[in-house]
Amino acid sequence: MTLAIEVSGLQKNFGEVQALRGIDFTVEQGTVVGLLGPNGSGKTTIVRILATLLKADAGNAKVAGIDVGTSPDQVRTMIGLTGQYAAVDEYLTGRENLQLFGQLFHLSKKQAAHRADELLSRFDLTDAADRGIKGYSGGMRRRLDLAASLIGHPSVLFLDEPTTGLDPRSRLGMWDVIESLVAQGTTVLLTTQYLEEADQLASRSVVLDHGSVIAQGTSDELKSQVGGDRVEVVVELPTQLAQAQSALSPIASGELNVNVDERKVIVPTSGGSRSVIEAVRLLDDAQISIADIALRRPTLDDVFLSLTGRSAEEVQVLEVNAKQRSRRGARA
Amino acid sequence: MTTTEAVTKYRPTLGWLVYDTIAVAKRHIIKITRVPETLFFALIQPVIFVLLFAFVFGGAINLGDSGGAGAYREYLIPGIFAQTVIFAVASITVGITEDANRGIMDRFRSLPMRPGAVLGGHTLASLFQNILVIIILSITGLFVGWRIRSSVADALLGYLLLATFAYAMTWFGAWIGLHMPSPEVAGTAGFAWVFPLTFASNVFTPIATMPSWLQPIALWNPVSCLALACRKLFGNPIPFPGNSFPERHAVPMAFAYALVLLAVFAPLAVRAFKTRNVGGLKA
Repeated sequence: MTLAIEVSGLQKNFGEVQALRGIDFTVEQGTVVGLLGPNGSGKTTIVRILATLLKADAGNAKVAGIDVGTSPDQVRTMIGLTGQYAAVDEYLTGRENLQLFGQLFHLSKKQAAHRADELLSRFDLTDAADRGIKGYSGGMRRRLDLAASLIGHPSVLFLDEPTTGLDPRSRLGMWDVIESLVAQGTTVLLTTQYLEEADQLASRSVVLDHGSVIAQGTSDELKSQVGGDRVEVVVELPTQLAQAQSALSPIASGELNVNVDERKVIVPTSGGSRSVIEAVRLLDDAQISIADIALRRPTLDDVFLSLTGRSAEEVQVLEVNAKQRSRRGARA
Repeated sequence: MTTTEAVTKYRPTLGWLVYDTIAVAKRHIIKITRVPETLFFALIQPVIFVLLFAFVFGGAINLGDSGGAGAYREYLIPGIFAQTVIFAVASITVGITEDANRGIMDRFRSLPMRPGAVLGGHTLASLFQNILVIIILSITGLFVGWRIRSSVADALLGYLLLATFAYAMTWFGAWIGLHMPSPEVAGTAGFAWVFPLTFASNVFTPIATMPSWLQPIALWNPVSCLALACRKLFGNPIPFPGNSFPERHAVPMAFAYALVLLAVFAPLAVRAFKTRNVGGLKA
């Protein structure tokens, strides 16, 4: 087995903010690894270091066996990068953009033109090829952006939140494209806030929080860390929420979670479908009316919840508030 | 991965720098043709200044012995050239900041291209734009009565000086642009300081008519040196001729100012380009 990405002890500070506090992980060649975590957890910083855009303060990072700190130029011939912003020129046409990046990848003019045509047809952009990017939809821009990052046949592709801000249909389209790339043997490091996306695309995930790796493994491994299934109960009356929580504790195999807004109690359980019957009985005994009840497999959201004690969304809200505060502080 | 195409591997040669620079310059020149408004507004400002000073303020400005309305117009045009060249800074700052914030600069930085080429190409395209502006401005000048009264060699040296200075200013502008958080700020930062710099100079009024505390500042102001050098090289009026160092050596000094700007800000800008983080400060 060959490692496409090796990261060890990676650290990075921005002023007083410790963005990365010693990151270790590896990615096998030809696989997709998801970097998972809320905003500010360090995902983008890792990608920027691996894509030679940022220098680490400490630690080692190798891409395709080449050290990014000491030989960034060589790394650049092996990688493709698609960031959070569509990194294409607004005033050029799709074709002109791809030809420009092809030339800058040091393909000959002819090769660059040929490669541009190839990518345009592959990403279903041939009809729009000679129109300015200004008239492209968000999904088309992202596809062009992804096409641009494939100009040099990269062996390692970095996708930094490739579907953020896309409508659901474009997102599914993007997933198809990424899956077909991986089928052809490209190694992909994908960052995302959408746990569903990592679940769908990545064979393994590295979960980050506050610049540290808090868990890693396959989706199934992560889910089994959380324990078996989940019984989700939505109660009719918000006032009965606490009551429901204590009524359901006998069937719980771990800590129960309560979502007040959704009037929902989430019960980890190992009893399979029997626990649903049990839950109904317990709630009925306690005279609590049920609006909805379901048994489901844990999602990566549950992973995050059980590892950090907060849901990914909650963390994001906190992070954003903290960022706004610190920015205001910095300006004052 | 199997591929029919041979991807050329990275080679650190001057040849690649030139190749990459031209590729990037082409991108920006296409942009000028797609958005001709950019060129139009780059032109309209100096033309308005020509008309304003030639016909509105000109009559009130004291040229001493060189007097007369026609003389002022001949005095004015080289000054406007100098002002335009200083404004070359603004022709690039906004574009650079936009690129940095939109992520296309990250794309460039992750390509195996020469890092100097991104700014090299952008400044080259900006130079091209500024040369166009100078040409159109020269034609405007001819209409209001400006004439080249020197030798062809001197006149060519004058245009070479303007191009060199404009090129140096675009690198300065690139450096500013790389330090601005947003295009809006860059738009102001690119030219807010240009007004005091060009007005406290001999661009519109002879230095001898200014208060005595301001005179040495205006005398050594690079804009004054540039304007005076142009007047000498194009054979235009020089009122209240003095014998100070910058007045005697205006031409070499103007070239020196340009080359120093270039030598300082080109490497600084390339360094800022290599280390710029997206949006300036994203953690």
